[in-house]
Amino acid sequence: MATFRRDIEATIPALRRYARALTRDADLADDLVQDTLVRALRSEHLFHGGDTRVWMYTILANLNRNRLRALARRPAMMPIDDGDAAEGAPEGARDVERALATLVEEQRHALLLVVLEGLSYREVAEIQGVPIGTVMSRLARARSQIKTFLEGGRPALRRVK
Amino acid sequence: MTDHDKPVTDEELHAYVDGVLPDDRKEAVATFLAANPDAAALVAAWRAQADAIRARYGAVADEPVPERLQLDRIIAGDILASRRGSTPFRIAAAAAVLLAFAGGAGAGWTLRGAPDHAPSGFDRMTAQALDAYRLYVVEVRHPVEVPGAEAAHLRQWLSKRVGYELRIPDLSTLGLKLVGGRLLPGPTGSAAAFYMYENAAGERYTVYCAKASDGETALRFKTGEQYAAVTWVDDSLGYVVSGPSDRDKLEKVAKNIYDQVDKGPEKKG
Repeated sequence: MATFRRDIEATIPALRRYARALTRDADLADDLVQDTLVRALRSEHLFHGGDTRVWMYTILANLNRNRLRALARRPAMMPIDDGDAAEGAPEGARDVERALATLVEEQRHALLLVVLEGLSYREVAEIQGVPIGTVMSRLARARSQIKTFLEGGRPALRRVK
Repeated sequence: MTDHDKPVTDEELHAYVDGVLPDDRKEAVATFLAANPDAAALVAAWRAQADAIRARYGAVADEPVPERLQLDRIIAGDILASRRGSTPFRIAAAAAVLLAFAGGAGAGWTLRGAPDHAPSGFDRMTAQALDAYRLYVVEVRHPVEVPGAEAAHLRQWLSKRVGYELRIPDLSTLGLKLVGGRLLPGPTGSAAAFYMYENAAGERYTVYCAKASDGETALRFKTGEQYAAVTWVDDSLGYVVSGPSDRDKLEKVAKNIYDQVDKGPEKKG
């Protein structure tokens, strides 16, 4: 049990990084991590070995999906031009944030898990519950979409985080 | 070398960028990129994206972990639901772990605020109270045995069975009407009193109270997936106030009840 806790604790910094990039909102990200930790601790009895890190990412991804689903039911007002959204962030950083915001949720997860979290395609497939081929195509679409966005092309669909 | 002659796929270009291309294909891909400037530009663009993402977010992992995310604090339970105004998210979150690991027995009401300690009698009582909440709060036709209109009779009857002069709190200032009450098994085979309240919106709160072995405790907040409870022991009577997991509201209800029962048993008459 002590090992379980320690393993969970060791994932916190990476979870925060992942959540921050996913939501692009520091408070929201930490809320998500907090809920993930609560769930994990409560679900210790459901954890039957395996990679704690992969498990934690899985919980976080599911929680975030539920959060978005809940948000989708409530219409939110979003500024059409979010040019001043990232306060004080350098131009390049803002581009990255906006580019990520244009991605479809599952593509964003796939890209961030690979690029930022350094997970293998197989681990991402496990987290997303899809075959590796699907992970590859999500990754490819994400990269192509970001490239289009950064090169100034308007994304086909403006997605709000 | 046949590997060398195999055409390079898009998947391999991604694997190349992500540093997971098998060694025996690295040369083939490098050769391919040297001969195909378009593909090389694509690979460079992907690399630049990855670098930009890492540059933007990589340092987050080096930040000190904020206090509210420290496991000790989370385990201590005082932070479980300290965040306000996020109820929809929390309710929606209910099935997340089950989605992740289908199977797994009853993830319902396990109150594991402090898993280090063996459940005390009072924790058992809390679990029982929440079971009762869950069971009866959805009941439309027969939520109670004795309706709120017969509050005096209800109080007399339950007081006798619980062995304590009970007071049935009046929560009308909070817009909550007494639906009624019933007798339930208590934590140690004794009897417990159970009252139910309802507001105009149909939200239901319940009060479960029984003799407790613990002495006095402060008000404690416990949260689960969709329901939450505030519990305390006062004058060797344990109370569990349960309701929807909106902490502000539930605390208001609980404090109101606490203040009323604190005045001691209702005088007969």
